[in-house]
Amino acid sequence: MATVELSFTALPAHVRTARLVATAVARRSGVDESLLDEVRLAVGEACSRAVEGHQMYCPAEPVRLALTDQAGRFEVEVTDTCAPDSRWPGGPGAPGARAGTPGTASQERHSAGLPAGLGIAVIEGLADEVQISETAAGTSIRMSWPSAGAAR
Amino acid sequence: MDLKLDHHSKDGIEIVDVEGEIDVYTAPRLRELLIELVNSRFYQLVVNMEKVEFLDSTGLGVLVGGLKRVRAHDGSLDLVCTQERILKIFRITGLTKVFGIHDTVDEAIAARRAEK
Repeated sequence: MATVELSFTALPAHVRTARLVATAVARRSGVDESLLDEVRLAVGEACSRAVEGHQMYCPAEPVRLALTDQAGRFEVEVTDTCAPDSRWPGGPGAPGARAGTPGTASQERHSAGLPAGLGIAVIEGLADEVQISETAAGTSIRMSWPSAGAAR
Repeated sequence: MDLKLDHHSKDGIEIVDVEGEIDVYTAPRLRELLIELVNSRFYQLVVNMEKVEFLDSTGLGVLVGGLKRVRAHDGSLDLVCTQERILKIFRITGLTKVFGIHDTVDEAIAARRAEK
């Protein structure tokens, strides 16, 4: 059972809330103050990525965030429900897929020549441990940092 | 803290003051401002990020997009930033090599003048 669980509508406006909650729980779990900025940024990247995917493929589904503190590790899991089926066969043109809104910030990143996986690269550069798993239901990004112990 | 944007001219260079958080939600506003400035023929830009509290890869994309737009007009886009937590994301992504990053607005202007 996660210490704190949060699910939110896949809207960019809620990514900030997810960052704030994750940072607050990390602080309470005893994650070192110097690592909190990394937690904030890594969680933000994972949630932004999930929101962008949901907006394109399954806007009605919420994004899930689970924060767990156990055995000296603070773990964050961000789960999207963009099933690989909806993403890959036919890619962005898959049935039910909504074309990306022209001129969005995420398209800007792509057209600026920055790789699509930049968010993941940032997460890997920030989290102490990262595990990305793709299942039939979607993608889950688990990241963790050392903590002082169980959340009080 | 939401995003606050402002801009003014100094020594022929347009200074863009950014305050708050640049993320997937707010970055489109910065993008629109940079496009608006380029459309108004401001091609020498300095983005002052001293009051930025948060920057993610969406924000980086907008800055790189802005750089591409001004460069298409032989312009420039320099950054002012001394905050370690913001600089870190430029370092992780290798973008410190792409942008001129300065300690103060005056320094950014002087560096730009020296290159002319």
